[in-house]
Amino acid sequence: MKKSTWFILSGLIAALLLAGVVSNFASSHPDGLDSVAREGCTFDADDNITGGTCMAQSEAENQTKDSPLAGYGLRGVGNDVLSTGLSGVIGVVATFAIGGGVFWLLRAGTRDRTKQNA
Amino acid sequence: MPAVAMHISNGIIDNQVALLFAAIALAGLGLCFVQGRRELDDRLVPMAGLVAAFIFAVQMLNFQVLPGVSGHLLGGTLAAILVGPYLGAICVSIVLVVQALIFSDGGVTALGLNVTNMALLGTAAGYLLVATLLRVLPRRAWTLTVAAVIASVVSVTVASQGFVLQYYLGGAVDVGRSLGAIAAAMAGTHLLIGLGEGVITALTVTYVAKVRPDLVYAVRNLKRPVVSEAVTV
Repeated sequence: MKKSTWFILSGLIAALLLAGVVSNFASSHPDGLDSVAREGCTFDADDNITGGTCMAQSEAENQTKDSPLAGYGLRGVGNDVLSTGLSGVIGVVATFAIGGGVFWLLRAGTRDRTKQNA
Repeated sequence: MPAVAMHISNGIIDNQVALLFAAIALAGLGLCFVQGRRELDDRLVPMAGLVAAFIFAVQMLNFQVLPGVSGHLLGGTLAAILVGPYLGAICVSIVLVVQALIFSDGGVTALGLNVTNMALLGTAAGYLLVATLLRVLPRRAWTLTVAAVIASVVSVTVASQGFVLQYYLGGAVDVGRSLGAIAAAMAGTHLLIGLGEGVITALTVTYVAKVRPDLVYAVRNLKRPVVSEAVTV
């Protein structure tokens, strides 16, 4: 196999391990943006706003909230660790496929143009 | 479970401003496609795909920065160093689109806001800092590492201020705080997140520059030629 192919494969394996395994050790605290958006409100145990004024009050439903992978879990998988890990693996594969596809198309377009000009 | 990533949800910024930034994001990405196409060769196609997949993976890894507050890498600096600013911004955008459409992370209506902040502003700031630092810092083994850390801190902070501008233009809820206070709160947490991003970015690009310097845009295109180093040192 070519040297570059090995590099891409090892990079993908690293990404799969990070998204599939290490992701289970990630912090579940609100992130930098969330914590600013939540400032001024009080929340109950289920994260519903119970009072106050904050940016998060106007948060609206996402169009993709019913996706089987919404919230980085695979619907139907009861085990949290497995659910998060599988969603991460699917995400890495999907991003590589979509990204690779976009860049392949962009490259293919350039090649055609060069041929026409030649 | 990883926390929801640092992406703007639907409804936080009103629809008109979200639409305005969708137009800005599309225009910016159009420029990236035109410019990036010139830099794309057959070898870079899988590399750019890998950069996107790797950023997706690392964005799942929230780390704590303050009691009760976490953050994760945004990836603009990492992408800019590895594949350049234009292809890099496309990589980060692909991650944001996958997250919004498949993982419901970040509002679909808010996609233009998120792409503008993280893919366009974050990558541009990271790239400009790296390009400047590689020019002014002495050329040593650690130069790229140091540049990666500093550029990451600035890049993430700049991206966070993009949100402050968007909130100023179209924030749906008036929280009764001054814009300066919101900007300071965003900058404060994102400086810390940027430090974490800096560590991850520096480790990654230093490793890749060591094993495959030919695959690192910053090494190929930004390092001063050795000839001029011999004159200056």
